[in-house]
Order: sequence, then C-alpha cells, then structure tokens
Amino acid sequence: MDFGPFLLLALMEGLVTAAVLALTAVGLALVFGVMRVVNVAHGEFFMLGAVAAWFVTTWIPGPPALGFIAALVLCPLLVASVAALADTLVLKRLNYDPDATIVATIGLLYILQQAALSLYGPDARPVEAPFTLRVQFPWFGYSGYKLAVIAAAAVILAGVWLLLARTKIGLVMRATQIDRETARAFGINVDRVYAGVFALGAGLAAVAAVLIVPIQQAHYLMGHDPLLLSFIVVIIGGLGSLRGTLVAALLIGLSDGVISVFFSPTLAKILATLFVALVLVFRPQGLMGRRTA
Amino acid sequence: MTSRLIGLTPSRRTVLGGLAASGAALALPARFASAQSAAPIKLGFQLHRTGIGAAYGRWYERTAQAALKLVNEAGGINGRPVEILFEDDGTDPKRGAEVMEKFASQSNCDAVFGALFSHVVVGTAPRAGELKMPYLVCSEGHHVASGKMNRWTLQPGITDVKSQVQAMAPWISETLGKKVTMIFPDYAFGHDHRDAFVPAIQAAGGEVIEQIAIPPTETSFTRYLPRIPAETEVIYHVMVGPAVLTFVKELGEFYGSGDRPQIFGFIDSLEAVNIASPGLEFLEGTHFWEGHCRYLQEDAGEHEAAYRAAVGVDDTGASLSDAKDVSTYAHMFSVWETLFILKAGMEAAGYQGPADRQKLVEAIEAMTDMPYGIEHPQGAKTFNGKTHQVFGLQYISKVEGGKLVKVHTTALEDGMYPDEADYTAMSF
Amino acid sequence: MSGTATKVWALHLGVLAALLAAQAVLPAYHAGNLARIMVLAVYAMGFNIAFGYTGLLSLGHALFFGAGLYGMGMLVALAGWGAGAALVAGIAAGGAMALAVGLLALRTAGVSFMIVTLMFAQAGYLTILYYTPYTRGEEGIVIDRAARVLLGFDLSQDTIRYCAAFALFAVALLAKLVLVRSSFGRVMVAMRENEERSRMLGYDPFRIKLAALVVSGLYAGAAGAAYGLLFGYVGASFASIQYSILPLLYVLLGGAGTVLGPFLGAALMFYLIDLAGGITTAHLLVVGVALLVLVLFAPKGILGALRDRGLKWLP
Repeated sequence: MDFGPFLLLALMEGLVTAAVLALTAVGLALVFGVMRVVNVAHGEFFMLGAVAAWFVTTWIPGPPALGFIAALVLCPLLVASVAALADTLVLKRLNYDPDATIVATIGLLYILQQAALSLYGPDARPVEAPFTLRVQFPWFGYSGYKLAVIAAAAVILAGVWLLLARTKIGLVMRATQIDRETARAFGINVDRVYAGVFALGAGLAAVAAVLIVPIQQAHYLMGHDPLLLSFIVVIIGGLGSLRGTLVAALLIGLSDGVISVFFSPTLAKILATLFVALVLVFRPQGLMGRRTA
Repeated sequence: MTSRLIGLTPSRRTVLGGLAASGAALALPARFASAQSAAPIKLGFQLHRTGIGAAYGRWYERTAQAALKLVNEAGGINGRPVEILFEDDGTDPKRGAEVMEKFASQSNCDAVFGALFSHVVVGTAPRAGELKMPYLVCSEGHHVASGKMNRWTLQPGITDVKSQVQAMAPWISETLGKKVTMIFPDYAFGHDHRDAFVPAIQAAGGEVIEQIAIPPTETSFTRYLPRIPAETEVIYHVMVGPAVLTFVKELGEFYGSGDRPQIFGFIDSLEAVNIASPGLEFLEGTHFWEGHCRYLQEDAGEHEAAYRAAVGVDDTGASLSDAKDVSTYAHMFSVWETLFILKAGMEAAGYQGPADRQKLVEAIEAMTDMPYGIEHPQGAKTFNGKTHQVFGLQYISKVEGGKLVKVHTTALEDGMYPDEADYTAMSF
Repeated sequence: MSGTATKVWALHLGVLAALLAAQAVLPAYHAGNLARIMVLAVYAMGFNIAFGYTGLLSLGHALFFGAGLYGMGMLVALAGWGAGAALVAGIAAGGAMALAVGLLALRTAGVSFMIVTLMFAQAGYLTILYYTPYTRGEEGIVIDRAARVLLGFDLSQDTIRYCAAFALFAVALLAKLVLVRSSFGRVMVAMRENEERSRMLGYDPFRIKLAALVVSGLYAGAAGAAYGLLFGYVGASFASIQYSILPLLYVLLGGAGTVLGPFLGAALMFYLIDLAGGITTAHLLVVGVALLVLVLFAPKGILGALRDRGLKWLP
C-alpha cells in the first residue's frame, strides 16, 4: 500500500482512539480537577459500562440499534450511581486524603473486577453495532461505525463543555474546585457536588465504553489500558485542564496510530511511554497547562 | 464451594459400556494392586480461575470434574477413590509456584496437573522439581520438549506448538498458497509459532514474506493490516488474549467480501467465541487449526458423543445448559486425557502413596502408544518418554455455513521432530 | 543507651529471633511462605524508605525489582555468572536504575512523580518484552538449579532457602533501622513533612530524595535478584504494574513510615489471598474489601495505628 492511504488509515484509527480516550480522560480530569483525588478505579468504571452494555443489548429484543441506544442511556446512569455510592460510602469518609483514596480505589478496583467476573464471566463478549456499514475506500475497507464513534464522542464532549461553562451546575463545580471552604460558606452542598462530580466522571468513562464495545468486546480486565492512557492524557494536558486533556487525547491517539504503523510496534510503545515521562519532567505543567505555583 | 458439572451427564450404563469396550484396548498392562488404603488419591489442579486465563479455566474445571466422575464410577485408581483439589493460580507465575507448594507441602497431593498458560508452567516447574512432585502440564508450549524443564514436568495430554505448526505447514503450502504473511503476538508464544513455521513452510516449498508482530497489550489492529503485502497468498494468524475477536473482526472490515488472500488461523483466536458472532461473517471459507473439532463432525469417532455428554457440551461446542456459553473445545481435551494418563501411570506403577511419585513419573515415561478411546477422545497419540512430550493428530477445519467443518487430519508422523532433550538421563 | 533505644532494639532483634526460630517450628508449607514473604518484605521496606519516610510515592518500583531480577537472571542464563556475582550485579542494577530514574523523575513532585515513575516502569516492562529472543518475554526463563549455589550452599533446598531469605531480611531490616534512626533518616522525614523548611535549614532536597530513592532501588534490586535465585524463575510479569502496586499495599497495610510495617503488611496480604483462595472463588473481593476496611478504619496501617495509640517510640 502507498504512503498516502497508509497515512489516511492511521489517522482514522488514531481519531477513533482519541475520541474514546478523550471521553474517558475528561472523566478522570474532572474528578482530579474538582476533588484532587486520583481515582485508580476509573478504568473499572469503563469496564463496568462495557459489561453493562452487553447485558442491556442482550435483554432488549428487536433491532440492534434499539438495544444499543438503550445501553447508551442506561449504562452511564447505572455506572454513575455505583460511583456516587462509592463516593458517599468510602471517599467522603476518608475526607479525600490523597494516599487513602489511592488505596481505597485500588480496593474498589478489585471489588468491581470480581463482581464482573462472578456475574458476567471471564469471556470477551461482543455487542452488535447499531448499524453495519462498511465504507469502501479505493485501497481498503473501513468500519462506518468507527466513524460514527468519532462524531458521537465529539457531540458528547461538546455537551460536557456546555454543562461546565454555561450552566449553574458547572458554576457550582468550578466554585468548589477553586475553594471548597468558601463554596461551603456560600451554601453550596459540597458533599453533593463531590458525589455528582465523581458520578459524572464515571458516567463519561461508561459512555466511552458503550461506544467502543461494538469495536472491542466487553471483558472483565479491559479497564487496565484505558486507565493508563487516561492518566497519560490528563498529565500531558495539564492537570485539571479540560481543553488540555482534549488536545492531549488527540495527540496521544494520533501519535499512537501513526507511530506504530511505521515502526516496530513494541518499540513505538516504549518510545511513546518514555516521551510522556520526559514531557512531564521538562514541562511539569503539561504541554497545555499554565504554570501554577 | 464445589462447582457441580452443569448440564446433562450420561447415564452410568453408557459410560461403563464405553469404558469396558475401550478398557480392553488399554496400552499398558495394569498391575492391579489390591488397595492398601481406602484413603482417596489427591490430585492438585492449578486452575486459571482469575486473570487472563479465566475463560479457559472455567472449562478446564468442568472437564476435570467430568473426567473425575468417570474415573470414580469405574472404581477409581488402584481401588481408591480420587479427588481433585482446585486452587486458583490467578494465571500468574508467582502464585502458580505458591499453589504448587500448597499442593505438595500442605495437602500432600499425589500429583499436580492442569496448567495451561506457559508462564505459569515455566514459573512453577522449578518448584515441582524441588518438591519432587509429578507435574503434568496441559499447555501447548514447546518448553517441555525443548529440555528447559526437569524430570518431574511432563506434557502427555496435548502436542506442542512446534509439532502442530510443522504438521500443518505442508498442507497450507499445497492447498492455500506459497507466499505467507504471519500475524502473531509479540511474545514468547508468538515467537514459538514464528520459529517453527518459517522453516516448516520453507521445507514445504513456500515462504514467509512478511512477519507482523503485534504487542500483547494491543486492543486495536486495523493499523497493522496495511503491512500485509499485496502479493500475499495466505494470511497465517494466531492471536491470544481478550482482544482476539477484535482482531478477527477488523481483518474482516479491512478485506470485506472482495478479493483477499486465503486465511488460515489458529482457533486460539476464537476459543470460547461463537463463530456466528456478528461481524464474523467474512470468515466463511477461511481455515482454522483445531486441536479437537468444536462442531460434531459426520465422521466423528465412536467415543465423541460420550465425551461431549460427559463434559456438558452440545454438537456445536456450546454448553448444554447455555447455548451462549461456548467451550474452549480445541484445548480442554488435554485435561481429560491427562487425568486418564495419571490413572494409567498410577496403575502401571502400583502407586500406593507419595513415596511412589518417582515410580509414577517412570511409568509415564515408559508409555508409548495411546490408542483412540474414551481415555483419548481427541485421537490416537504417541508419547516420547525422553522428551516428556506427546505427539498427536491435528485437524484443519473450514468455515462452511457458519460451522467449522473438518477438511484435513494430519498423520502422527507429520508432527514428529528430532529429540532436543533426554529427561530420562537427568536425576530425580 | 536510652530506654527508647533499648525498647526499639529489643523489639526488632526479638522479631528476627522469632523468625529464625519459626523455621524449626512451622510446617514446611508455612516456612516456604515465610521465605517468600521475607524477600517481598525487603522489596516493601525499600519502597517504604522512599514513600513512608521521604514522601516519594512512586508507582514504578517494579522497574527496580525487575532490574534486580533480570540483572541477575540474564547474567546467570546468558553469561554463565555464578550466583554470588550475579546477586551483587542485580543489587547494583536496582540501584543504578533508581539513580537514572531519580535524576529525571525527581524534577517533578506529587501526582506527576507518580505518573513519571509509572511510565518509566512501563517502558522497562515493554523493553523486557521487546527483547523476547533473550528474555523469553512473559513466558520467562528457568534459572538452572546448578547455578543456584551461593557460597557452596544449594539455594533450592528448603532449609537453606529459608536461611538465605532470613539473612537478606535481617541485614535489610537492621540497615533500615539504623538508617531511619540516623540524622539522615530525620532529614528524610523532614522532606516528607516540609520540604521548603528543610531547604531553609540548608539541606538540598534533590540530593536527599535522590539518595533515598537509590537506597530504595538497592533494596528492590536485592529483593528481585534474591527472588529469582531462591525460586528459580525470571519472568516479565514481575516487572508489570501489578508489582509496583504490591509494595504500596504492603506498606499501607502494615504502616507507612514504620520499620516493621512492610513485613507485617506483606505477611498479612499473602495469607489473606491464600486463605481467601481456599474459602471462596471470589478472592479478589476479599482483597478489595480488606483494603477498604483497612483504609476506613486504620488509615495509617496497623503499626501506624499502634503508634498513635500509645507506642510512640515505634520507629
């Protein structure tokens, strides 16, 4: 295959990766930005969304599109409520102490993995895409659904941005992020805000998972990679900066897609990983973040 | 918690009938010792209940339970009942070795078997040797036959990758094409495939024109597919892990129903996955290696039905109690056959207790021919006592009408290769 | 010697004496487990020097453990080195890796430091896979029994394995005790508590943190090299993220910033998994719930809680 089509394919693949990654990472960035906690179980919320999508699409009869749309609505709600529950029962009691939260979310990770293994089983199971359309380029074929994922992710991200920038909910979140105590003094129910933010972050991971599950199967160990990649993206983008997170997701997604096409894939992954580390070392505020004291 | 075998079990009479018929054909003359103790024989089973091997582990446990039931119904081993202790190894080499210690030092098991993933086997084998515990692995890896293990580690239930690949290469070259592109995971298992297949296809007059090694952590594969050269006649793929189905689907999207090379895959890419899953329609007309044919074939052997009933699998390879639950049919026979080898070995050795473990290993080393029967439902095998490795038949199936239909069976000698080790020269 | 010092030394030497005596009393299975736990505890002690005392939360310690494991393993398997020389090389590899990572990663702090160390460790793990022709990647290699002989002792024998693990553990424990009670140990704690203030007092935080990280790497390298020699296996899974999380769990469970905490945590975690595996098929759940209970009701770990409730002298 010539260089041109090769690059086109790599870019499209990179965009799909970036779209799903952006959704997942924005969830993590929100939680970190507002609550200042590192949620190690974020990948498991992603996994939970995928597994729930399999259950929903299996139970709902009729055309695949119907089940899929139901999953897209129900699964994030379900995962968000699990997250809110975890926040109220565990994280709140820990007073969001950084070290304790890490241990607690590792514990949560194990619990969610075991729940998925016991209730769903160890197999990787596919979910049928809402529509099957194969886009035939002159050189190769490509999944139409993948292109739809990119569009869907863009729409949802725009919605998140509107929510944060243009609504009272967003205002309350930002106020809480800037100064917890002052927000409390102004009558904001900080506990509820935190539970809401944690739920929203988990819900976004679940949305990403529902979108990806027709491409990749639901599996109880699938949360590992999204967690790692989201961390990378959040860091590169500058902690807590949503715009930075988006740009970083594009950068990571596209570079991952392109580099591994032209180099030994394992070597490419090593170099990309080292690159991320070095960015952090020499630009601690991330590529996009502003230097803060 | 003991997991009961789910599904229908054959009536006792059919099983006993089958046993009686095949018992006459047992390769080893059993020295029936009168049971000196009525205490049960205890076998340890390293089970991948959690971790990346969990999809296999569940079926390995069911298969072991089914074989155990049959052995006990036929009077156990040396007149003693048999029990299996299942312990989760998390598909992790460190835990695998710990579980081995538990079986040896705490439970005082008579032998240990069941591990599939090669890193668990390699991580556990040194401890098996130190603890002087017969360790019968079911893993397909070439590590046993390569001489890297020890006197106590044997693989009598399933052939290794090198043998599988070598047996099929001539058929691929003659039937599908000469110019092959290999796609394999970039770690030891994939490298074993590459190292065995490249010379084997050359010997058969073909060549490997491109090797695409994919990192084991990869979850999307489309971007690797343009590296398949245009002149490729056959794509040879072997992928393992939870993302395998994605790989197969994306291969389908890439080629569509248009002009494409022949495709030959290892069923490992689709173990425990329904061939009729959405997105797999393009597999129609492609070929797979199968260790044991998942769909009941028209010319299936006389014991196939009894074996399927015992392990709770229907004619399509799915669970009798849940059609969505597809078995790891191409590999799990190894567990069944290994238990019957333990039985035959213990009977030949007049096994009485842990003091006779060395005799048990020597008895298995003395085995050669293992004829087809209810003890060996996958097919006849021959065991090489020097290399501790069994050799058997391989099946090549074609996807026709959404089912796997057998089109070729290799001969026993197709998979033979010169010995690389002699464990019998090692000390215990 | 002050009364506190007497108590401290009596406690730690008492623990060591009990461990030495345990071998004669314990059944073979538990003695074998204890040998494993002691080696892993050395790893966790190293982690604790960086995390519990100096406040450096690394998520990449598997890199140092893996460096020790592979530094030893590759030299034995490919270059035919003896166990003693390879063990020393493994320890050095762990320290050198920590030095290299520290020079870069210590320019960052907090969450960034966590991620940088995680990334370096991930790169190390992938490097092991990349060189599969030599390392056999995730499948790993067996360290030949003939090569596992240290100073004439065969490490594959149970009793000798236990003694070797005990010797390593005793040296590591006492060295750590001396370290944390020294003036340098107090400076490490000062880094954790208030870096700016120690800078005012004329200390160079970067150097102190680097020194702590290198010591930590030496411990991890020693544990890795010893694990491979004692149990005869070297594989990539020991360099995966899971093995960066393990020492963190051990330390938090036993008590961060305590000398005995890592050992206690390693032992409890080991038996939690072992017993849960025997009782239920859902043992991940048991581990998860245990972590939650711990963090909710004993956030400073077991020894940390004891120190708060009266045993103020606990180092």
